[in-house]
Amino acid sequence: MSATSRIDHAASAQAAPAGVPNLDVDPFSTEFFEDPHPIHQALREAGPLVWLDKWGVYGVARYAEVHAVLNDPLTFCSSRGVGLSDFAKEKPWRPQSIILEADPPAHTRTRAVLAQVLSPTAMKGVREHFTAMAAAKVDELLARRSFDAVADLAEAYPLSVFPDAMGLKQEGRENLLPYASLVFNSFGPPNQLRQEAIERSAPHQAYVAAQCQRENLAPGGFGACVHARADAGDITAEEAPLLVRSLLSAGLDTTVNGIGAAIYCLARFPDQLQRLRGDPTLARNAFEEAIRYESPVQTFFRTTTREVELAGHRIGEGEKVLMFLGAANRDPRRWENPDSYDVTRRTSGHVGFGSGIHMCVGQLLARVEGEVMLAAIARKVAAIEITGPVKRRYNNTLRGLESLPITISPA
Amino acid sequence: MPSIIFFHPDGRRQQIEASEGESAMQAATRHDISGILAECGGNAMCATCHVYVDEAWLARLPAMGGDEDALLDGAAAERQANSRLSCQIRLAADLDGLVLSLPDRQT
Ligand code: HEM
Ligand code: FES
Repeated sequence: MSATSRIDHAASAQAAPAGVPNLDVDPFSTEFFEDPHPIHQALREAGPLVWLDKWGVYGVARYAEVHAVLNDPLTFCSSRGVGLSDFAKEKPWRPQSIILEADPPAHTRTRAVLAQVLSPTAMKGVREHFTAMAAAKVDELLARRSFDAVADLAEAYPLSVFPDAMGLKQEGRENLLPYASLVFNSFGPPNQLRQEAIERSAPHQAYVAAQCQRENLAPGGFGACVHARADAGDITAEEAPLLVRSLLSAGLDTTVNGIGAAIYCLARFPDQLQRLRGDPTLARNAFEEAIRYESPVQTFFRTTTREVELAGHRIGEGEKVLMFLGAANRDPRRWENPDSYDVTRRTSGHVGFGSGIHMCVGQLLARVEGEVMLAAIARKVAAIEITGPVKRRYNNTLRGLESLPITISPA
Repeated sequence: MPSIIFFHPDGRRQQIEASEGESAMQAATRHDISGILAECGGNAMCATCHVYVDEAWLARLPAMGGDEDALLDGAAAERQANSRLSCQIRLAADLDGLVLSLPDRQT
């Protein structure tokens, strides 16, 4: 499928529609992954709606338009895929998600199930354990002093709480991060990252498919809670494993990159670490601000269901529109000093978790993980120093690091 | 322009000017009312914009949706009969003078 879809996309890379500024930038390139900010700025400044020559798609990078597209799901739909691939023209690489890649009314029903499984009440049930695990992790790292903040903290902490909270078996968990990385690469164009990820996906897909089955999910976990809703008749027995799959796809690598973003911010901006230490109740906002600042989930697409006017331009039916969440989160039209990381900023309204009906259903869980980890750091760590080369990890959707060598000192 | 009167947990009174059509949460965040976090930005997904509505105003608000009802059960501060999510209160001229009390915590 790779060869043909490459040709399809090349063929569809038609000229920019009249009046829409076109840019020759590739948001799925190494150059972009290394430093998206100058490209974000160029996209925002070019206009409220742009055309990306490389992939033949529209793009929005200003806050107002990103927010508007996110909040008009009937015009800008998800059921034709939230990646470049248009499910009306190309078969999805895996069975389509029944929440992320669904529109109302189908979405409304499945969304209600996950919203209940991950509700504020459910968070009260995991919070205490997550807090204890975060404190233990920071104590362990303080004993080591020098370590890789990606592998040993940003990955290790979510791995120590999320799979258990889901109710997953011990064996096979090493498939979780590769599977998530595959899912987020798959939203991109048919570049090498996507094609190689899909080519190597079989064992990870087999693992995830098996873990989504009821008999493999421990009672009391989020996975079992989803299946229980099938008993209640809210979803069918066939839908339950697919909803568990959504949690396994989106629930781990995202928080890894979210926590990684926060640590990287605190390491780069020691004055903000000191403010956080002075008032550990800022932990939750310090995490939220890191999500705004780094936007671990950088982009998603929508597809138009009809002809529509956006920012004064007419867009036809069946067009892909790429939303630059990271650019919107730093749009100076919306944010004061957008390029500074400020743990006291009023972050409400950022689109790092999306907005509208598809806004992250796991946001409360992400915040619990981020908050309790940063609170533990605020109380126990006096300083964070970057002690080696910082390496970026390349993914078509996720922004994060491959390696962040740091040394921490105790408070 | 409808105005809203907030009472902080310590009894402090703060009056703000809102615009018709915006939500009480949007007005509060615009005026930097400290007791409203609104982590989900008004999508009825976080319950960190919880308020207690003054009894005199309660019946004049539109009925609560199922999402709001479920979320309020998990709010950080105790749910009371007059609990609402301020992002779900859309302001119109007839709500001029709305009185809202802030809970002692939102997370
Ligand atoms: C910092 C961490 C996270 C970030 C930045 C993040 C980001 C996002 C974004 C931007 C969306 C919107 C997608 C769209 O509009 O098409 C989304 C949706 C979603 N997220 Fe998250 N997420 C995070 C953590 C989580 C966690 C922990 C879970 C599950 C436990 C999760 C599960 C989901 C699901 C199932 C959806 C689809 C919701 C829908 O379509 O209604 N996410 N997330
Ligand atoms: S702002 Fe999140 S529920 Fe009101």
